[in-house]
Amino acid sequence: METISFEQLQEELYHEKLPNGLNVYILPKKGFNKTYATFTTKYGSVDNTFVPLGKDEYVKVPDGIAHFLEHKLFEKEDGDVFQQFSRQGASANAFTSFTRTAYLFSSTSDVEKNLETLIDFVQEPYFSEKTVEKEKGIIGQEITMYEDNADWRLYFGLIQNLYQNHPVKIDIAGTIESISHITKEWLYECYNTFYHPSNMLLFIVGPVEPEKIMNQVRDNQSKKEYKDQPEIKRKFEAEPAQAAEKKQVLEMNVQTSKSLVGIKALHVDQSGTDLLKSELTMNVLLDLLFGKSSENYNQLYNEGLIDETFSYDYTQEQGFGFAMIGGDTSEPSKLAEKLERMLLDAKNKNGFSEEQLERAKKKKIGGFLRAVNSPEYIANQFTRYAFNEMNLFDVVPTLEKITLMDIQSLAAEVISEERFSVCQVVPKK
Amino acid sequence: MDDAAEKITEMQGYKLHVIETDKYKTNTFVWKMKAPLTKEDVTKRALLPQVMQSSSAKYASTTALRSYLDELYGAMFYVDLAKKGEYHIISFTLEIANEKFLSDPSPLLKKGFELLTEILTRPNINGTAFDHETVEKEKRTLKSRIQSVFDDKMRYSSVRLITEMCKGEPYALEVNGEAADVDTINPENLYEYFQKAFLEDEMDLYVIGDVNEEEVKNLAGELLKFESRKPKEIIKQEGNRNVQVNEVKEEQDIKQGKLNIGYRTNIVYGDEDYFALQVFNGIFGGFSHSKLFINVREKASLAYYAASRLESHKGLMMVMSGIDLKNYDQAVGIIHEQMEAMGKGDFTDQELAQTKAVIQNQMLETLDTTRGITEVLYHNVVAKTDINIETWLNEMQNTTKEEIVAVANKIALDTIYFLTGTEGGQ
Repeated sequence: METISFEQLQEELYHEKLPNGLNVYILPKKGFNKTYATFTTKYGSVDNTFVPLGKDEYVKVPDGIAHFLEHKLFEKEDGDVFQQFSRQGASANAFTSFTRTAYLFSSTSDVEKNLETLIDFVQEPYFSEKTVEKEKGIIGQEITMYEDNADWRLYFGLIQNLYQNHPVKIDIAGTIESISHITKEWLYECYNTFYHPSNMLLFIVGPVEPEKIMNQVRDNQSKKEYKDQPEIKRKFEAEPAQAAEKKQVLEMNVQTSKSLVGIKALHVDQSGTDLLKSELTMNVLLDLLFGKSSENYNQLYNEGLIDETFSYDYTQEQGFGFAMIGGDTSEPSKLAEKLERMLLDAKNKNGFSEEQLERAKKKKIGGFLRAVNSPEYIANQFTRYAFNEMNLFDVVPTLEKITLMDIQSLAAEVISEERFSVCQVVPKK
Repeated sequence: MDDAAEKITEMQGYKLHVIETDKYKTNTFVWKMKAPLTKEDVTKRALLPQVMQSSSAKYASTTALRSYLDELYGAMFYVDLAKKGEYHIISFTLEIANEKFLSDPSPLLKKGFELLTEILTRPNINGTAFDHETVEKEKRTLKSRIQSVFDDKMRYSSVRLITEMCKGEPYALEVNGEAADVDTINPENLYEYFQKAFLEDEMDLYVIGDVNEEEVKNLAGELLKFESRKPKEIIKQEGNRNVQVNEVKEEQDIKQGKLNIGYRTNIVYGDEDYFALQVFNGIFGGFSHSKLFINVREKASLAYYAASRLESHKGLMMVMSGIDLKNYDQAVGIIHEQMEAMGKGDFTDQELAQTKAVIQNQMLETLDTTRGITEVLYHNVVAKTDINIETWLNEMQNTTKEEIVAVANKIALDTIYFLTGTEGGQ
């Protein structure tokens, strides 16, 4: 077991890679009541074309299957794992993103028992035809719920505008039609391919003794037989650099319009320190451009084009990435035009001072400290970073190194009209 | 539970609550102001903190104020509003980095305290009125916030249930006030209200973090001083008892129906049977092992979510679920059956033990966040009680099956609200 110290943060992280390939991380947090553990596979909604374990040909699986699998893993021959967790005083959950499926619990007692339950339930699938059918009703309601959710439709609509071929444009839960094709055979095929320990990461954060927990995980894993697995082959179609669609307007049963401008990322083959630097630089750029202390924000707010729902974000993963800026507005088209103009202005002129950059960095550093108060944030983000060969605890040192030059060259490169797109939700007539 | 041990000091015009803990990398201030919920004041109370957080005398524009917050290592400053029973509560929260985790050693706690003081006591005014432009902008934002409730159907249906159920009671008022009243507010009458609120509201300051109680007390005593007051109390009325269950259906162009059911628990925080009510709610609908989740979702596959939650000071319980329009009768039927089962004591010892374990866990987890600590402790201010965490947990654990059945029989169904699609029953 290796120990990694972060002196400024006063944290110590313990790590070991087990013989079966599973990466285990433990971060002790004194003073907290809660222990939070996530068991995550590097498998999400975008992994829809791959070579199944033991086969030679690529298959394309039904949309929404990674999420469906996540639901079904909780069900066992003798009942529901939720029940077992709550008998042990824990609360359990799971989520599926574009690139990950995570299973988690938090508890303030019986941590070892709950950890055992977490690892075992994820590693012992039980899918039956009957329960697969029953789940279609429940997930159908989850899909319908999102269909009525204007913010979700706006967000996904924008991704669909930006991407032509990449499966990031497919809704994580799929559609009622696509999930109707899911069978227990498909579930096992996905499970066997993606749930091998070498494709997974276990993170435990809380008031725990690292040596004891690591021993427990070692014991648990050594009892299970896993054959070494070859590298997983995933396939993605080529994706053009420009946005697929310029604009999409969705009519919904709302009273307030919404407008969101997106920028399709460049260099989506990055990983490790390059990716970390790109992502942080882009986020600092957006802060400088649209943060509450920025000129742009105040201009838009004063003109009544934005309100407190205004937000912006940048995310980049293997194969895709996007910035999104916008919110509720009385004038969706005018807001989109202004945002695009502000972005293009930033591309063309060197408009930021050292002082502004220093302030923006301070803001991000303080924000990071606030974030690491949260065990959930640490476990989830650490895992995301690790799957992209980055280290969460490199955030502050990397931020400190960002220069005005970095900001300006990124702006010059990434901001480009052909990669812009707009999605709007407007009241139904 | 020493991590939620608060040291309370009576200050000039407010109470100071200090919670010393070294588990966070930040220090948090929460300033709370409480007043009876009235139609006359509620919209002003929604607007006031928004105007106050936009600028101050020293930081006269949003850009200036927000730049200073960024400068203080991205100190987070926000306001929020809540209803606790028939009180309206404004909270100002400032969370600031603890400099011991930074390479820069400038003392942030004091700067944070000074900034909070600036915002609370030195607003951006001209004579006896708030800055005109700021008020106009924030009125616009408030209107859009009030309007946006309509667009979030889950939230909308919860709000509609309360307005139907509590018609004629102050609790029916929304925390953000009423769109029609926004235009009656101007920079002058808002400033008058600002003075009134700081003269009459019950005010509490929570400071949580790796701080020294003496130091905080000294700073607070030096910086924040107000007139002493006797906070206004609401006159407790018997909740309206609907003899007949009120059933309301509203049609909108939506895909999923939202079912919201309201009950009067007739039990509030501080009552002897409040702890049994907590356990009741846990068995009935609070968790993913509860009767509602198991029967509406897992067994009947009718919904993705089906849950219940309590309002502890007004004495309400709300059930919510998103269902297909055609399944209304079946879902309502299943929910009624679960309530009947509770009244007959039709739950196992295992369900009881499991629920207590999960509630205990939930409470301890809540205390791991500064927001959670503040909210848990603030119940005592609202209910005028003095229940510490240990007592809370013990009382909850000691609850018996008989007490839970008694609670179940005290709970009365009041209103069933269904937001349904335009296709009617499909």
